[in-house]
Amino acid sequence: MIARGTPAPDFSLPDHQGRQVSLADFSGRKLVLVFYPLDFSPVCTDQLSIYQEVLPQITDQGATLLGISVDSTWAHRAFRERLGIEIPLLSDFEPKGQVIRRYGAYLDEVGHGNRSLVLIDADGVLRWVHESPSPLEIPGANLIFDALAETD
Amino acid sequence: MPPVGPEDHVRGEGPEAIAYLDLGCPHCAATWMMIAELPLRLVFRHFPVASKHPRAPALHAAVESAASQGGEHAFWALADSIYRDQGRVDDPHLWERVRGLGLELERFERERRATPVAERVRSDFEGGIRAGITGTPAAFVGGQAVRGDLAASLRGLT
Repeated sequence: MIARGTPAPDFSLPDHQGRQVSLADFSGRKLVLVFYPLDFSPVCTDQLSIYQEVLPQITDQGATLLGISVDSTWAHRAFRERLGIEIPLLSDFEPKGQVIRRYGAYLDEVGHGNRSLVLIDADGVLRWVHESPSPLEIPGANLIFDALAETD
Repeated sequence: MPPVGPEDHVRGEGPEAIAYLDLGCPHCAATWMMIAELPLRLVFRHFPVASKHPRAPALHAAVESAASQGGEHAFWALADSIYRDQGRVDDPHLWERVRGLGLELERFERERRATPVAERVRSDFEGGIRAGITGTPAAFVGGQAVRGDLAASLRGLT
C-alpha cells in the first residue's frame, strides 16, 4: 500500500452511471476510498451493506465515501440496485486496475484489488491507510470513524 | 463495545454472551436455533442491515414495540417466533403473533413506528459498529469477539 503522508495519486474513473469522477472533484473535502475485490461477492456485499448503514454519519463528518473495484459500470449499477445502496462505485475496468495499482492495492495473482481503505484529507494528502490481511476480512466501519476523528 | 446495562434485553443464567443479531438474517436464525436454549446469560442487541435484509428494520422495531408493551417476556417470545418462522414475517403475520402474545394490536402498531423504538434499535446498531461488527450473527464473550463457529463457541461455554 502507498504510504500515509504522501499526496494521493490522481484518478479519473467512470462511476456506476458512466460519469467521470476525479480526485480533483473532492478538493476541500475529506474522501474515503474503499478498494474492494468484486461486485456481488459475498464478503463485498457484507462490507458495502454495513458501510451503507453508516453513510449518513460519514457524510455528517464532512467526508465522501467511494467504492472502487475492477468491475464495469454496468456491474456496478446492477450491484447498487441489488443492494439498494447509495455509495457511488467507480469502475477501474480499463486499463484494468490502473488506479488501484497506483494506490498499491492491486493483487496481481487474482486480478483484483485487495480490501483496503484510504482517507484523503481536504488538501489531497493520504492521512490513513488500511489494508486487510486478506480479501476475506472486512474492515469495520469503526476504523473509518476513528480515522476521521484523528484527522479533525 | 457498550457494557451491558439496564436497557439491554437479557435472558437466562450462566456465562454471559452478548449477541448482535439481525432478525431478517437467515444465518442468525440458524444460529439462534442452536444457542437459544443454551444455559447462557444471553444479551440480545439489534443489528439490522437493511440493504441485505430489507425487512429487518421492521422486525427489530416490532420486537422493541412488543417489549414496550409486554416487557421482556414479550420481547423474547416475539424474537423466538420470528426466528423459528422466517417465511412469515409480513405485517399480517406479525399481527397474528402479537395477538397470540396477548398484546394490544393498536398500541403495538403505534409504538413500533414511534421514534423511541427506532432510536433504541439504532443505539444498539451504532454500539455494534463501534465494536467493529461487520456482519451477523456476531457475539462477544468477556469483551472479546467470538471467532469462527459462533454456536460451537457458545456451546463450549456451557
